[in-house]
Amino acid sequence: MADSGGVTVLRTGAANLASVVAALERAQQTIRWADSAQDVVDAGHVVLPGVGAFGPAMARLRADGFVQALRTRIEQGQPTLAVCLGLQLLGAGSDESPNVEGLGVFSQRAVAFGGGLRVPQLGWNRVEPAGDWLTSDYAYFANSYFLAEAPVGWAAAYSTYGSQRLVAAIGRRGVLACQFHPELSGPWGQALVERWLAGGWPC
Amino acid sequence: MLTRRIIPCLDVAHGRVVKGIRFSGLRDAGDPVERARAYQQQGGDELVVLDVAATVEARAHHLQVLRDMRHALMIPLTAGGGVKGIDDAAALLEAGADKVAVNTAAVERPELLVELAERFGRQCVVVAIDARRLKADAPVPGAPVPDWEVVIRAGTTSCGRDALEWAEEATTLGAGEILLTSWDRDGTRLGYDLELITAVHARVGTPIIASGGAATVEHLAEAFAAGADAVLAASIFHDHETTVSQIKDDLHQLGIEVRR
Repeated sequence: MADSGGVTVLRTGAANLASVVAALERAQQTIRWADSAQDVVDAGHVVLPGVGAFGPAMARLRADGFVQALRTRIEQGQPTLAVCLGLQLLGAGSDESPNVEGLGVFSQRAVAFGGGLRVPQLGWNRVEPAGDWLTSDYAYFANSYFLAEAPVGWAAAYSTYGSQRLVAAIGRRGVLACQFHPELSGPWGQALVERWLAGGWPC
Repeated sequence: MLTRRIIPCLDVAHGRVVKGIRFSGLRDAGDPVERARAYQQQGGDELVVLDVAATVEARAHHLQVLRDMRHALMIPLTAGGGVKGIDDAAALLEAGADKVAVNTAAVERPELLVELAERFGRQCVVVAIDARRLKADAPVPGAPVPDWEVVIRAGTTSCGRDALEWAEEATTLGAGEILLTSWDRDGTRLGYDLELITAVHARVGTPIIASGGAATVEHLAEAFAAGADAVLAASIFHDHETTVSQIKDDLHQLGIEVRR
């Protein structure tokens, strides 16, 4: 089980945090808010929620001085959960805010859905893991941008929207980054959050 | 593949679920948190909760209902009813909603949709459109009459806008989803207004939740065929005629992909 230090949640500005907080509370976690970079360094578990736009979210992370601390803990595989936009923030950038640099943990960029798909993608889509690090099930998505390919060295799971394949989740040691919202993905999503709290993946 | 969604809707007034016909004649249909739990258990894909009292006194009560629901729910929750500005929306989101539905206030001041999308992201903004058919009424010869007009203030006021035009403008401004209710069909059990769904689907690129008139699984299947991404239903579930899980089994039999 996770350490009793609770979970430190980053406020990326506009993000709606009630659902992710509720999921953590259902897992008997105490919620703390990150007020300084040191909080992000010291925390046992960190959640980077993501609702809102790429540019403003990065601006907030920079203004709060969290960029280096976040990058370091993700590169070192310390327990970190990134949700929705949070996954995209780990990459190099996004079509959503073309001139804004992401955290740059990997070089992939988020791109916009095209080809006549209804946008945003809203609803439950099947998550198909490459390998057996996750079970396959339905998860709830709410996104207009996506990563097409998972970075090398990460466990990956994909979904398909129309004919477009997109990254549904990636994991490496204590880090889990989901395009879908595990906190809104029913008992399967709740179990995923709890597995992340319990220690993550040996990959 | 993205599945089609079944969305039970709870109209809530003063902490109780209510259900009416053509926006009036409300009757009691139970405790909202208890109903929400049951629909989640049955496989409801998300829930819509509308504060139909939407008075200042009712609002505080409603926020507490949302907090209690959020604690219980592991599926998305859309809240609405009487949202007039950013502060109302922020209060609903802080209480536990994932999306906010706006109706009358957006018609009266469309920039609200821009403000909501900038602050919360468009995936968070649902424009609720109540559309009333004008086709059946005697058209004025030579004058362009829209097929559907927008009605506001819980269906009591015609605002003279073309519903299709409004759907397009609202999504351009910032709505990420349309909750499309047929005023004519609401509560009638005659099925969704399929022509309305088809017309809005052809006009906008955002997901559409069809609402108003569902009584059978065939009605739901027809709405999906017409272009709805999700269907909203209230009385068929509140009255225990069927369950979400039964509906999903039946839709699956009809070849429609649903989360089961």
